[in-house]
Amino acid sequence: MALSGLVLAGFVLGHMSGNLLMFKGPKAINDYATWLHANPGLLWGARIVLILSTIAHIWAGILLTLENRAAREGGPSVDATRRASLSSRTMPYSGVVILAFLIFHLLHFTFRQIALGGVDFGDNVYKMVIAGFAQPAVAVFYIVSMILLCLHLSHGISSVFQTLGLRNERWRSRLDCVASLYAWLVALGFISIPLAVLSGYLK
Amino acid sequence: MKLDPKTPAGPLADKWNNHKAKLRLVNPANRRKYHIIVVGSGLAGSAAAASFAEMGYEVSCFCYQDSPRRAHSIAAQGGINAAKNYQNDGDSVRRLFQDTIKGGDYRAREANVYRLAQVSTNIIDQCVAQGVPFAREYGGLLANRSFGGAQVSRTFYARGQTGQQLLIGAYSALSRQIGLGTVKMYTRHEMLDLVLVDGKAKGIVTRDLVTGAVEAWSSDVVVVCTGGYGNVFYLSTNAQGCNVTATFRAHRRGAGFANPCYTQIHPTCIPVHGEDQSKLTLMSESLRNDGRVWVPKNKADCAKPASEVPEEARDYFLERKYPSYGNLAPRDIASRAAKEVCDEGRGVGQLVDGQRLGVYLDFSAAIKRLGEAEVRARYGNLFDMYANITGENAYRQPMRIFPAVHYTMGGLWVDYNLQSNVPGLFVGGEANFSDHGANRLGASALMQGLADGYFVLPYTVTDYLAGEKSGSRPAQDAPEFQAVVKDVNARVAKLLSINGTKSPRYYHKALGKITWGQCGMARDKAGLEQAIRDLQALRDDFWKNVKVVGSGEALAPELERAGRVADFLDFGIMMCLDALTREESCGGHFRTEYQDAGEAKRDDAAFAHAAVWEWQGDGQLPARHIEPLVYEETQLSTRSYK
Amino acid sequence: MVQDNGKEPTLALKLRVWRQRRGQPGAFEEHALPAVPTSASFLEMMDMLNEQLIKAGKDTFAFDHDCREGICGMCSMTINGMPHGPIPGVTTCQLHMRNFRDGETITVEPWRARAFPVLKDLAVDRSAFDKVIQSGGFITVRTGSAPEANNIPVPKPIADEAMDAAECIGCGACVASCKNGSAMLFVGAKINHLNILPQGQAERDRRTLAMVKTMDDAGFGNCTNYGECQAHCPKSITLDVIAKLNRDYLRARVKEFFSSTGKPSKGGD
Repeated sequence: MALSGLVLAGFVLGHMSGNLLMFKGPKAINDYATWLHANPGLLWGARIVLILSTIAHIWAGILLTLENRAAREGGPSVDATRRASLSSRTMPYSGVVILAFLIFHLLHFTFRQIALGGVDFGDNVYKMVIAGFAQPAVAVFYIVSMILLCLHLSHGISSVFQTLGLRNERWRSRLDCVASLYAWLVALGFISIPLAVLSGYLK
Repeated sequence: MKLDPKTPAGPLADKWNNHKAKLRLVNPANRRKYHIIVVGSGLAGSAAAASFAEMGYEVSCFCYQDSPRRAHSIAAQGGINAAKNYQNDGDSVRRLFQDTIKGGDYRAREANVYRLAQVSTNIIDQCVAQGVPFAREYGGLLANRSFGGAQVSRTFYARGQTGQQLLIGAYSALSRQIGLGTVKMYTRHEMLDLVLVDGKAKGIVTRDLVTGAVEAWSSDVVVVCTGGYGNVFYLSTNAQGCNVTATFRAHRRGAGFANPCYTQIHPTCIPVHGEDQSKLTLMSESLRNDGRVWVPKNKADCAKPASEVPEEARDYFLERKYPSYGNLAPRDIASRAAKEVCDEGRGVGQLVDGQRLGVYLDFSAAIKRLGEAEVRARYGNLFDMYANITGENAYRQPMRIFPAVHYTMGGLWVDYNLQSNVPGLFVGGEANFSDHGANRLGASALMQGLADGYFVLPYTVTDYLAGEKSGSRPAQDAPEFQAVVKDVNARVAKLLSINGTKSPRYYHKALGKITWGQCGMARDKAGLEQAIRDLQALRDDFWKNVKVVGSGEALAPELERAGRVADFLDFGIMMCLDALTREESCGGHFRTEYQDAGEAKRDDAAFAHAAVWEWQGDGQLPARHIEPLVYEETQLSTRSYK
Repeated sequence: MVQDNGKEPTLALKLRVWRQRRGQPGAFEEHALPAVPTSASFLEMMDMLNEQLIKAGKDTFAFDHDCREGICGMCSMTINGMPHGPIPGVTTCQLHMRNFRDGETITVEPWRARAFPVLKDLAVDRSAFDKVIQSGGFITVRTGSAPEANNIPVPKPIADEAMDAAECIGCGACVASCKNGSAMLFVGAKINHLNILPQGQAERDRRTLAMVKTMDDAGFGNCTNYGECQAHCPKSITLDVIAKLNRDYLRARVKEFFSSTGKPSKGGD
């Protein structure tokens, strides 16, 4: 869970940084896309690692959730949570929504099987993104998913420190802060693009 | 009743080593053919069971709790004594021996106490190797403190939880053997009887508290380490489940019960707050280092808050009566003084049963002298504990304390080998009578439990087994076992069938009122005689009117309590009889007729002996026997703390 | 607090208490107690309820308890959803009724976890904890074979840290409070106590692997870092022990993975 999560968390930061090239204009992002496709070894290497990580993460997540539910046997009849954060309690749910989003996102922008805002953009990634986010429903789903990703990441990253045994009472709040910052950085980076499209900043 | 202490000959310092060299051995290949039953899993029981299994014996261990780690040894706070002399302050085995035998008011067996002091040093080695996190100095070596008024620092401690840490050490050793399959552990099993075959202890009968099954277990030897009988007073610092049943059932089968009247009262407990109270909580005696004990001079002031009683109207009675020791007077003396002022009607706190049972322990002078921060640093955890239980802030108003029963020195009679007068029945820890005499010194209960379990029983039980033919133990369905199972089943059925009107707890409370009132901190002839009559009446009423709800086939706490209370009722009569017939005052046993202006007056000429009681049958008073205490190297002197 | 008349205030309480027989489904029973002194402990309140039931000729509620001073770890009740009740850092036996309101309804249930099956009413079977200890929660030292105690210096900070972990009373509130029924805090506390001491080094990896395996086999859930265990632990054991358990476990697994038997392998090179 932690290791696959770590790979995926690293990926979303990289993906987000690449996306920000949108703000440098059509050429920057299109060149970046072209460069990626010109290096199939790199692209497919990354894709394989990501696919394996995603499968491992989902599989481990399902197993963990089922095992934990069984171990709990319903729990007490009164809920009296004292400390567990919202993000920690919603991990399976945020995870499911993010997975649904991921499938939609791949069909939309990678496989281009969903014709929201048109299909045939060729190598003009910039235009494709603008056209996609011009649809308010797409943009809102994207933004909501990214907020859930933020929630998911903030607990996930702080948990990585715990799982690897790198956390203690003194460092706990500092590391939680690092995890939150990371999560917000990623989420806000992603969200800035549909917001910019909707507001007309990016055309 | 034959009472041969089997004390080895020779100088005190050599007795144990000489004796060990003479004890017989069992060939390692033969050891697995012997089955040892250990009842109780506290310090003595866990340590003994683990040690037997390490030696290669087949061991079964029984406890009534849900895990061996819960035994009440866990509650000891202060520490454990050992004659290591790490502090270079002149401690030695002989000095620890002298302090212990004097502390016991010269009513313990000299040779046993000396051996206890000798093996004390091995205990610390053993526990440290097990990972017991004793307090350390910055150099990494073990720290010590002075405890219970001792003049040397010989007490090892682990915060305020020494008992817990030592028990976890012994429990981990036991757990290792359970994991290896060499000890079979039976939790939630209560020993309800001892089985004798041809006059030797050859097994026990238990009740499985979860299923209610009554079962017989056959063995070559039975080791009972089931703790003390403090709950005969109902309210005590003992755990709720602590009981006398195992030792009393053994007593009924012929084992002598020695000195039941020796009970220890601890002065710094939180007072009784109401009729529904189930338990008294002890606070460390260290509080008396800085707290001043007082009550109002006038009864009229007792209902007022402490702050409204002016300084000149306060009676600092310990400082007044014992000017040289003041608030640090020994446990028994401080306890009795508190009782006296309360009996005069000058107690403080809530009215319980028409009486205020409490005295102030006041830190205002210490706070003025040291500052609140320093008092918090020294006693913060105790103040927190007090606040949690009473809801009162002891930084702002004085604590209220009152003495409570804490430990029982009496127990099954054992010889030097810790074997009772019933061959094959060995007794360790608080359950035996051997080491503390009439009063136990602070930080020596843990020492004795572990000494017996780790370093005495393994040798002496082996010696006994060497005389028993391997494979000679009876079958579990031998007629002797069937007969005892039948007895136990009949008793359980009887308790369930009375279907009267009063709960077992009602009888337990009534029992406690009598024993605490007449056989508590101060005793006298008339009171004890009355107590015996009252207890006999209460016992008869119990067997006519007790109501035990629940079924015999499931967890039935009321049935458990009823069985224990029934034994406590018979035991209480014996305890009062012992107190009545010991016509002197010594240690925790204070007879008001025998005193020198408030100080205990021993009668060495007539009572330098252990009184050992023999069961005479239901409804009969037990018979008194004596084991004279022979002092070869000790001068008997009078304790004085004026 | 004592009132002027020397009597203390009392509470009228409604209780919903779990009733269950072993191996059968359970349900709540409702009872009322008219006058519970505020100075009573929670277990004394339960004693009062049981005495009331006996008077009515009904079976009492079975619950585990022993020392009643917060150290034996036997008491185990989930009170209004919280193991050991609403006050942090205390066991049920040290919880006092002054922390409740007059007229309040209190829900009392057993520890809820698959690894702790109900024996009767509020009493559960926690032998899974014992099994974990039996598999490795010890330092192997045969009676009599210990070296002189001061031959093993232990730096004070290490001794203090071991003591922090060793304060665990094995009550199981960590499991009962965890939304996953995980026993990581309990196991972490024991691992931390023994693995950091010099005496515990020889068996460190073996201990860690064995205890974790036994824990997993016992049906406890997995840690997902809710932190509820720390928040409900009556001894305030912290999540640090879990982080260190994870670290020691990783270390032991990696070492095990790369370990060699020291003998030639069968295939030959």
